[in-house]
Amino acid sequence: MSIAHPTDAAAAGTPADAGPRSSGAGSTGPRPGRPANNKQGKRHYGTHVFLIVMAAIWLVPLGWAIFTALRPKADTDKYGYFSTGGAFNFDNFTQAWTQGGFSQLFWNSVLITVPSVFLILFFASMMAFAVSRVSWKFNITLLIMFTAGNLLPPQVLAAPLFEMFKHFELPYAISDSGNLLNTYISVIAVDTAFQIGFVTFVLSNYMKALSPELTEAALVDGAGVWRQYWDIILPLCRPALAAMGTLEVIFIYNDFFWPLLFIQSGDRLPVTTAINNLQGQFLSNYNLIAAGAMITAVPALVIYLLLQRHFVAGLTLGSSKG
Amino acid sequence: MSVSTNPSARGRKAVAPARRVRRLSRRDKLVLGLMVGIPTLIQLVLVWIPTLMSVGLSFTRWNGLELTDIKPAGAENYQFIAQDYPPFWPAMQHNVLWLAFLAFVATPLGLLLAVLLDQNIRGTRIYQSIFFAPVMLSLALIGIIWQLFYNRDSGLLNFVLGTAGTPQAVDWFGDSSVNIWAALFAATWRHAGYVMILYLAGLKGVDPTLREAAQIDGANSVQTFFQVIFPAMRPVNVIIIVITVIESLRAFDIVYVINRGTNGLELISALVIQNLVGEGQVIGIGSALAVILLVISLIPITFYLSRAFGKDKEA
Repeated sequence: MSIAHPTDAAAAGTPADAGPRSSGAGSTGPRPGRPANNKQGKRHYGTHVFLIVMAAIWLVPLGWAIFTALRPKADTDKYGYFSTGGAFNFDNFTQAWTQGGFSQLFWNSVLITVPSVFLILFFASMMAFAVSRVSWKFNITLLIMFTAGNLLPPQVLAAPLFEMFKHFELPYAISDSGNLLNTYISVIAVDTAFQIGFVTFVLSNYMKALSPELTEAALVDGAGVWRQYWDIILPLCRPALAAMGTLEVIFIYNDFFWPLLFIQSGDRLPVTTAINNLQGQFLSNYNLIAAGAMITAVPALVIYLLLQRHFVAGLTLGSSKG
Repeated sequence: MSVSTNPSARGRKAVAPARRVRRLSRRDKLVLGLMVGIPTLIQLVLVWIPTLMSVGLSFTRWNGLELTDIKPAGAENYQFIAQDYPPFWPAMQHNVLWLAFLAFVATPLGLLLAVLLDQNIRGTRIYQSIFFAPVMLSLALIGIIWQLFYNRDSGLLNFVLGTAGTPQAVDWFGDSSVNIWAALFAATWRHAGYVMILYLAGLKGVDPTLREAAQIDGANSVQTFFQVIFPAMRPVNVIIIVITVIESLRAFDIVYVINRGTNGLELISALVIQNLVGEGQVIGIGSALAVILLVISLIPITFYLSRAFGKDKEA
């Protein structure tokens, strides 16, 4: 899902404006004021009806899952799932949490997501700095290679990566499988490699938009390349780094495939991949499955509520060319 | 890679265009070499070399155990897939259907939502938040959430249709004649919000004077949109096309969560994995399927790269 989504039209400086808090500003309305309102009143009425219906449809699946999760199994058995009889409580959530071993699963997600995101931002910003602030022959070639790599379907490289990791022998003290399979390192490495391309692409466009004089002045002062990168360019990229960081946390947290491929022990899986086992684990106790699913959704929804602007900025941030 | 190991070549090339490069010290060149070299090495070893290895393995026969067991097989794997592998053609059809559904239903829906929400409409922020929420969720989780909705006996849909508990109740994810459509609706739930947010950004970027000029010329709002606004969003349109095509090729998580991509939900990506981790590993077949996926993917990738980088090269 981690496609390059640079939206050229999102003016480089104000990508966050694309987000859900915008559109009141009247930047595009025919006449951004009151006058046209009478004529448009009718059309907006129809629009509202349509949007309300769509929004209601959109909320149904999540709403149904929450509704099911809040009801004890005994009550749904007695009154049926399509009813409001019986109690509403969080018992399913606590039961799903302990029975599903969610504390371990979340910890696994943290162990994979946090290092991956830092490595991605670190490597991608270095690469972006080198290709955008210094001009030399292979800039575009490398950037194309990085961007294209991110667009490949992961299944294309699944077999060789699996075999490479299987034949990469490690002492048993480090890995109980004797190789890179069933380790967090394998997932972190591949997540990092796969996401560097996209982040490099976005950051390099961001850095290109910064004035060249910034680093030239530093050069005159005798600052080396590393200092230009670390002390001058990176701090200026803070908004882009925040946006990319938020986006990548979600991407990696939501990644289902790589842990599925590389990690065999159920208790080492991150949350997103482990939910695949919920249905077997909770048999056909749909109330528990619903609770487990909602627990899994919580981190993404919390980030959504707290960092929505950064996330949307990340999605729409991109090149200013095209 | 040649980059990091050959700093002198870089120095030479760079003399002309940039004054600042010429001043790079030896140490700076080393630092730059590492800054480029390490990410490039990671990218090569974990993305591009495996991709090439997939191509190589697709012409071999191998059970995935000993490296010495790899035997050349020519084009046999491809021949087998095209002629004797029953799930292959259904999978191709499903991938095409997936693309068509995203392209003709989910993407236009996202565009419509964006256009409606771009007006100065009351509560636009709430609407946007609602439509965008599924984009935050993983496709695997979306599979589970919709499973709860689609279930034969406990799902909401059959209750609403009045068939729950009767023999007419449909197991929407289990019945091979309908489950692909059920999965496509679930995928649309996410894709439309994604498209919406990108188009909202695109619409903000359109020069408002364009719209005013069209309206002064007497165009109505539909004409204005299709003849002026939509073409003006060309860069966004390119990205949306690429995302839509790539997402339909990458579709995997949702069908894997439902039934591992079998019984009506075959997709190329799922077949790759079935051959890779199944009982009898047939790496050659799995790799050949992966290469088919790769070749198809190269079409949108090339299209995108030529748009994104075309101008740079001319410059």
